[in-house]
Amino acid sequence: MRTFNKLVQAAAAAVLGLAYSAGALAADITGAGATFPYAIYTKWAEAYQSETGNKVNYQGIGSSGGVKQIRAKTVDFAGSDAPVKDSILDAAGLIQVPVVMGGVTIVVNVPGIASGALKLDGVTAANIFRGAITKWNDPAIAKLNPGIKLPDMAITVSHRSDGSGTTYVFTHYLAKQSADFKREVGAGNTVNWPRNAVGGKGNPGVAANVQKIRGSIGYVDIADAMQNKMIFVALKNRAGNYIVPSQQAVADAAANADFKVKGMAPDLLDQTHKNAWPITSATYILVYEKGGNAAKQKSVVDFFTWSLNKGQKMAADLGFVALPPNVAKMVEAEMKKIR
Amino acid sequence: MSETSVSAAGIDLHARQVRKFRLQDRFFHHSTQLFAFVVLAALAGILVSLTIEAWPSLEAFGPSFLWTNIWSVPDDEYGALAAIYGTVVTSVLALLIAVPISFGIALFLTETCPVWLRRPLGTAIELLAGIPSIVYGIWGLFVFAPLFADHIQPPLQALLGDVPVIGSWFSGPPIGVGILTASIVLSLMVIPFVASVMRDVFETVPHVLKESAYGMGCTTWEVMRNIVLPYTRVGVIGGIMLGLGRALGETMAVTFVIGNANRINGSLFAPGTSIASTLANEFGEADPGLHIASLFALGLVLFIITFVVLAISRWLISRSMGREGL
Repeated sequence: MRTFNKLVQAAAAAVLGLAYSAGALAADITGAGATFPYAIYTKWAEAYQSETGNKVNYQGIGSSGGVKQIRAKTVDFAGSDAPVKDSILDAAGLIQVPVVMGGVTIVVNVPGIASGALKLDGVTAANIFRGAITKWNDPAIAKLNPGIKLPDMAITVSHRSDGSGTTYVFTHYLAKQSADFKREVGAGNTVNWPRNAVGGKGNPGVAANVQKIRGSIGYVDIADAMQNKMIFVALKNRAGNYIVPSQQAVADAAANADFKVKGMAPDLLDQTHKNAWPITSATYILVYEKGGNAAKQKSVVDFFTWSLNKGQKMAADLGFVALPPNVAKMVEAEMKKIR
Repeated sequence: MSETSVSAAGIDLHARQVRKFRLQDRFFHHSTQLFAFVVLAALAGILVSLTIEAWPSLEAFGPSFLWTNIWSVPDDEYGALAAIYGTVVTSVLALLIAVPISFGIALFLTETCPVWLRRPLGTAIELLAGIPSIVYGIWGLFVFAPLFADHIQPPLQALLGDVPVIGSWFSGPPIGVGILTASIVLSLMVIPFVASVMRDVFETVPHVLKESAYGMGCTTWEVMRNIVLPYTRVGVIGGIMLGLGRALGETMAVTFVIGNANRINGSLFAPGTSIASTLANEFGEADPGLHIASLFALGLVLFIITFVVLAISRWLISRSMGREGL
């Protein structure tokens, strides 16, 4: 009976959706892809529609799904957390630009440890997340934290069970720090976590596991970690400073990065700025340089130009980090190529 | 003269009406037949499309997909054993917990419950069946798992941890989520189904039979054991299988509390995975190629497991019906 109800609802939604799109104008655009920026894209779409009357529809189906859809030309733009290779951009005639930035933070639940008190460096973090360090009072952790009393407690690694851009960014950072991590765990949307690991669904699932399981360590994006008032770890960056994650630290990570590369996707991990948060990434959109429908192409450019100018405050409210002003200018210039 | 013409017209009218009715009947028969065959076609279509999508994986790994204990996306190597293990273990454990409880509920409701309490209790159990599974999942993760970790796992470990063999089932850090937690949450979801089917079939037992047994001095348990259960065996098996079917395919609730670790650990406290939860977790961001094909192959395996379970239950039912001479 419940399945039947679900079917009825789905059918009703489909019919409504059809009617909706049939009545829409040519300038309405559709995008699909990464789930990480879903919250901000839909928020922008709402505000943009109330201001200009143009509709933007974004579906969070996953980065690889988004790239698949744009290459099949079923959407007007795709969202992706992982930058697409130059060769694919050239072959397909796609333009890729960053839209907003975000950071991934390490969070812990260790009795007696306050937020920002526990210090870790990249290698130690990698050794914890590959299951080589299994106790909180391990000498490697103790050495970085003189004066802190660490309990003799087993470490439980909490990770995303669903394939995710957050995992992609986090594991690429750890893989850069440690060859062992790269070999044993790997880097990608879904990886091989060690034996002492527990998977939670979505950022909220990981946040819940870390908050409920004593002795656990996990990773969530900054926005979720702040909303849930979680216990942060201070992470050592390239410059040798221990940084507590913040929106400012993420913005600083972009300061020394060179966005002039093809696809505007410099590696934002472990950047050189003295206050840079090491696990920083941007999320990208993909648009055809020469699209089939000029009106829709223009609408995509209009929407993201509006977002870069008027949408940044909304992005910050949701825990995202705006592109530095000079980079936003470059993105606008790059989007002028889109026809 | 005029009389014969009237009656001829009457016969003619009658024949036309019969023809019309026959046409209607045939139309009705064929349209309902069509509806029934739509189900069959959908079933075949699902099977075929699952096989087509899973083909790259079936080709690459062959039948060893079923008993390979590896699920590594970075290495692009896949085997279903951990997911099959998790699915079967959680479902069987859930039934081990749910069936005795459901039996007790049904027994109480049909035999010993005061009449005024029957309706509210029965409705409450049916309401339990209507709660969406994600609510069970969220409750399991946020309420049950922490309670389980603090107040149930440590005493269980203290009690059984040193017993040989059984002790290893309860080893590992008490983190709340894991195979056993998933089984318990699943059992809660299965109980209303099994209990309400059992209650319904227990009610079909003719009062004459029960009253005669009571009249001979049987206790309630003896009546249950020797009259009600043999009389309703078919329905009871059907109810249990219905529960098993639900447990095998349950997705969201399990995803929340099973811990989502693609490996087999002997301990029931350890996190594991099930076929449905692996699909729910990895489908969204699966890479094209072997990963997505292997997910389809997992779906195919679940399809086959469910099919086999249904076939076994049919067989059990027909066997016991044959023995009863029904």
